[in-house]
Amino acid sequence: MAWFKRQSGELDTSGEKKVRTEGLWVKCAGCRQIIWKKDLEDNLNVCPKCEKHFRIDARTRLSQLLDDNQYEVDDQDIASTDPLKFVDLKPYASRLKQAQSDTGLKDAVLNVRGKLNGRPVIVSAMEYSFIGGSMGAVVGEAITRAVERAASCRTPIVIVSASGGARMMEGVISLMQLAKISAALAKLDDTKVPYISVLTDPTTGGVTASYAMLGDLNIAEPGALIGFAGPRVIEQTIRQKLPQGFQRSEFLLEHGMLDAVVPRKQLKPYISRALDFMLAAA
Amino acid sequence: MAAQRTRGATASLAQAQAEAPELWAVSDFLLSMVESLWACSGNGSGFKMDAALKAQQELEKVEQQIAQMESIAGASTDSHKQLEELRQRVEALRKQIYAHLNAWEKTELARHPQRPNTLEYIERVFTDWSEIHGDRGFSDDPAIVCGMARFHRQEVMIVGHQKARDTKQKVYRNFGMPNPEGYRKALRAMKIAEKFGRPVFTFVDTPGAYPGLGAEERGQAEAIAHNLREMARLRVPVITTITGEGGSGGALAIAVADRVLMMENAIYSVISPEGCASIMWRDASKKELAAQALRITAPDLIQLGCVDATVPEPEGGAHTDQEAAAALLDASLQKHLAELQQLPVSELVASRYNKFRNMAQFFSVES
Repeated sequence: MAWFKRQSGELDTSGEKKVRTEGLWVKCAGCRQIIWKKDLEDNLNVCPKCEKHFRIDARTRLSQLLDDNQYEVDDQDIASTDPLKFVDLKPYASRLKQAQSDTGLKDAVLNVRGKLNGRPVIVSAMEYSFIGGSMGAVVGEAITRAVERAASCRTPIVIVSASGGARMMEGVISLMQLAKISAALAKLDDTKVPYISVLTDPTTGGVTASYAMLGDLNIAEPGALIGFAGPRVIEQTIRQKLPQGFQRSEFLLEHGMLDAVVPRKQLKPYISRALDFMLAAA
Repeated sequence: MAAQRTRGATASLAQAQAEAPELWAVSDFLLSMVESLWACSGNGSGFKMDAALKAQQELEKVEQQIAQMESIAGASTDSHKQLEELRQRVEALRKQIYAHLNAWEKTELARHPQRPNTLEYIERVFTDWSEIHGDRGFSDDPAIVCGMARFHRQEVMIVGHQKARDTKQKVYRNFGMPNPEGYRKALRAMKIAEKFGRPVFTFVDTPGAYPGLGAEERGQAEAIAHNLREMARLRVPVITTITGEGGSGGALAIAVADRVLMMENAIYSVISPEGCASIMWRDASKKELAAQALRITAPDLIQLGCVDATVPEPEGGAHTDQEAAAALLDASLQKHLAELQQLPVSELVASRYNKFRNMAQFFSVES
């Protein structure tokens, strides 16, 4: 005879689980510590223990950079038309639709006008979760418009990059965006309006090979992957293991490719300081 | 099936070596088979792609036989007449098949080992070539050649990717894949041209910028980005010709030009078909599909408005007749240079800007 006996028959498993811990805790990929999500958010999505910078979306980025989280959104009227009618394992059109409903954006960039420490600025923030932040015709046009707006309003521009590069599903059309944006930046350069490029994790391919590297200052967040070719492609090409920290912000700084590596907390003051310098001269 | 019969035919060919008329019958039979094989295949489908390749292979065999026959045909005018007729049929069929070359086959043509490279074009189209080297910072990159030359007695600057033929040379040229030094040298050459008011010709033929460790350390991305910006505001006429492979950013870095011309069998793409296939299909063998989907051939690029004009090639591709290819290129370059030299500098730079500003505008605008 059993010592204990269940009084009320079978276990009831039909009801929904009441206790939910999901979403409250996050494991840091850097130090494997478990962090309370609210602590992480209060710390600008930087791990309080190891300083690992988590990826953040475009809106969060803007809320960290602009005064009182106040800004006006521009250029949300353009959307991709899938010019090549590209179909791989999944049609590009349906990938687009999915990304649009997931992010609430038309494409992988958000153009806004706001104030940074009281000074008007134009910010283009890229959204990595929109098809890897890839640049097609829409991102190209949006960034070009932002650059042109900066030139015509004589307002400094900050572009925060987070992108895997050109959008393959738009083929050579996405390649031409590199030329288009770079041409617009040449004009901006002639007007002497400041452009600060902020490179965040990850910034690779065609985005690095165009506007991300063309700022008056190119600054990056710590630990961001920045490069032209992806690490896997390089490994396959040279058939060697890549050194520790290769293509990370600190590596680029060491090789003279960046002006500074700036922690997220100091980003706003740093940009503000730089603009003081640039605008005083103008 | 066709291949089997050909093998049979080749065997019987050996037996009938001495008898030309019999040989003629075999060739005639083979040729009509290729013709029917081609005629039966559907239009534009995947099957057509396979058929074009197969038909091309078969056609080559028929040609070999015709050549053999020629050697044994002797003086008989009759057999000569027959041979001529046969040859004409081969030619007509080749033209048909050639028109249907798909994107992947064009990719293979664009990479053809015998395709003329930049230095070979320079030798045929320009005179008084003298090369200039080095980026003044790190080293000289043999994957890009730069130099002064004369084009119909005009002083011009030339910048181009350089591929090579034999293995040793290929390694020396890094298979036409430049390092950052190459792009910096290219820009340096273009700035010299700008300073002295000489037009710039660039020739693009690269699989892409070199994805190596050193290239990343020395700022491959920065070098390309810098070229894009500076070329956009160069104050001299710039004419780019995509002669072979236009591989992504590595190609564009010397291709921000007033006129971008593309040779008939060249390709221009954001990623190689193999690369695209392995990323999007997770299978590199889907390269034919990827090549088709990416729209990388000259007619595609014209249609998308990303290049200005096509430079015709001799029948069968530039590698079949380098002299003719160079002559066709020469004619195109002359025409476009003359047009550009009509414009005052400020207008030239403004129209280059507008061209790239309004290029590849594929999006819908909500009102």
